[in-house]
Amino acid sequence: MFSRFAGGVHPPERKDTSDSSVEVMAAPKKVYVPFSQHTGKPAKPLIKKGDEVRIGMKIGEPDGLISAAVHASISGKVVDIVDHPHPVTGMSLCCVIEGDDTEDWVSDLQSDLNIEGLSKGQLLDAITQAGIVGLGGAAFPSHVKLSPPKGKDIDTLIINGCECEPILTADHRLMMEQSEAVIEGAQIFQKILGAASLVFGIEDNKSDAIRIFRDRGVRVLALKTKYPQGAEKQLIKAILKREVPRGGLPMDVGCVVHNVGTCQAAFMAVKFRKPLIDRIVTVAGDGVRENKNVLVRIGTPVRDVIDFCGGYTGKPKMIISGGPMMGIAQYADDVPVIKGTSGILVWNEITTVEPGPCVRCASCVDACPMGLMPTEIYGLVSNKKFDMAKEYGVLDCIECGCCAYVCPSAIPLVHYFKYGKNEVWRMSKK
Amino acid sequence: MENVEKVKQLLVVSASPHIRAKKNTSVAMRVVIGALVPALAYATYLFGTRVLIITGLSILSAVGFEALMQKMLGRKITITDGSAVLTGLLLAFNLPPGVPWWIPVAGSGFAVVFAKQLFGGLGYNFINPALAGRAFLMASWPSLMTKAWLEPVGGTLSGIDGITAATPLSLLKNPENYGDPQIIISQLNDIDAIRNAFFGKIGGCIGETSVLLLLLGGLFLLFLKIVDYRIIAGYLGSFALLAWLLPTKGSVLFHLFSGGLILGAFFMATDWVTSPVTTKGRWVFGIGCGVITMIIRVWGGYPEGVSYSILLMNVFTPLIDRVTRERVFGQMPKKGVKK
Repeated sequence: MFSRFAGGVHPPERKDTSDSSVEVMAAPKKVYVPFSQHTGKPAKPLIKKGDEVRIGMKIGEPDGLISAAVHASISGKVVDIVDHPHPVTGMSLCCVIEGDDTEDWVSDLQSDLNIEGLSKGQLLDAITQAGIVGLGGAAFPSHVKLSPPKGKDIDTLIINGCECEPILTADHRLMMEQSEAVIEGAQIFQKILGAASLVFGIEDNKSDAIRIFRDRGVRVLALKTKYPQGAEKQLIKAILKREVPRGGLPMDVGCVVHNVGTCQAAFMAVKFRKPLIDRIVTVAGDGVRENKNVLVRIGTPVRDVIDFCGGYTGKPKMIISGGPMMGIAQYADDVPVIKGTSGILVWNEITTVEPGPCVRCASCVDACPMGLMPTEIYGLVSNKKFDMAKEYGVLDCIECGCCAYVCPSAIPLVHYFKYGKNEVWRMSKK
Repeated sequence: MENVEKVKQLLVVSASPHIRAKKNTSVAMRVVIGALVPALAYATYLFGTRVLIITGLSILSAVGFEALMQKMLGRKITITDGSAVLTGLLLAFNLPPGVPWWIPVAGSGFAVVFAKQLFGGLGYNFINPALAGRAFLMASWPSLMTKAWLEPVGGTLSGIDGITAATPLSLLKNPENYGDPQIIISQLNDIDAIRNAFFGKIGGCIGETSVLLLLLGGLFLLFLKIVDYRIIAGYLGSFALLAWLLPTKGSVLFHLFSGGLILGAFFMATDWVTSPVTTKGRWVFGIGCGVITMIIRVWGGYPEGVSYSILLMNVFTPLIDRVTRERVFGQMPKKGVKK
């Protein structure tokens, strides 16, 4: 067993949907496809109100180096291009498409390409055209990660199948049901990067997935279940014992990490020229009737997904886009599912605790996988000493939430760190 | 839009994470109190119901002063969090069983009013309130605090036969006052005397007599990860090493089992608020406590040094935290080496 990163926590896993096969949700009546679903600049709209679109049609093209294309996820008519609630940024420009109840794809969808002879450039282009981004949550444009600058040699490609967030099982189901596509996608990445070795990192609570991948002849490291194993830097440390330097990127230590979902999406993009128009989402919680994994079109309002799962069981108190540790609590259920949405949690029962004073128990220091001192940074940020907070490493915080999870005084530490980071960035811009 | 407004009113929006571990401050306080109950029960058996009165007064006045101060300072009254109860209990554990009733009241008053609430209440005090209360009492009424011993049921104050005027540590400090020094020293280091100390058939402060029961409670806390092993290991380790190295008349086992060492190492040095938060810092803190305790026992004016060593290290805690910062993930050993 491998467990080689310091800190971390082990919350109850509650992965109750790990045996429920992915159900395909039919195209919704209306989708809200945001132009910004990725890290970087929003895509540039290519359509206007009134345009007819078909599934897979590119409606936004990458704007600048770090950006990604977006595509129509249903066939129909663009009824509006407006600001609409967004699960991550609050509000974002969205393309609203009203469906025409057909399943018409754009013509350039291929049935089954022979991909053996494709060059690195052709592979990379297919991935860029398909708007593939990291499906683990951060949604970093994949083609950028696949084009390391000259001088950065990549020797190892790590495929992240940890899914260390409690409750979520979307990646697990994908690995169980589409292992071949995941592996082929990973091999495409490996070819593009020219990496000598390819390793899958999967937590040992998914022994069935580990077995399937091993049977298919790829190298799998079974990692001891611990959150946040799936965080890029922690995963690299656990698998390769290499530490990404502060402020650096995985390529600085010769590796690149991609999520299993991204591999599958890239495979579909290369093999069938299928752009990223849907993804698997774990729907769970006491607030929704059926807990299951659903293949959802990008842009589908969360409300429609919940309806597909039998609807609400009562009055929901909290709706989270993502997992319980790093997901974002939503103001409303009309936000769309976007490329990075790994889960939708609906809770009727929540416990809210009044934060107490910090008693310096040091639980947060022990839990922090980044070696930070959350209690100190919390004190500095709450006293608005942002320069000191920066010195204590607030920018190194990966917002995994381990500190706030263990805090006996229920201090919302991550909230302070997000605020502190913003202030530090604002200061450095001046 | 109407629908949006409706749901907006219903949904709770808070920063991640959205789940939390079960451990919370007041539960932890209660567990620590629970871990001390066996020692309290045993002390009651040893010294009589007087122990319960002293302890009760100490706890009641700690809670009372806490409520009073919080009311006066306009703070939220948080006496149910268990921290004042624990302060009162620990103060009582550090008192000789024969002290007059007003001693615990005065000690708790100082502990809660001056050491804790005036510095901002729970989480902001820089020294352990119970030990501050004890130090205040030692400075104000030294004779009461060092003479009000009671002889335990089924044993002797000194742990050895025939001497009923001194505790083992004061006997070790000045054996010539009680008879032939050589005989006394050898009796103290005898396995019988050490066994008496371990099981608690000796005199001493209310809570420090039974090493066995304190160890059980302490290991329980260690098991639940409420106290940090680094502080305890650093404290006991450095202490034992010095007990062996330094010119003292007592054996290592005698030193480990006498006085308030176990109580201090497991229950007071490990106080969350007043000990360092860094991993290295907790080692430094524990080792510092061990070194100072032993220095006081060997060369100091008092026979016992546990409480002063912890108080001293409490004062150093912010400094220790500053110089033993955690190594940030990805931080290179030396700046510029890899450039």
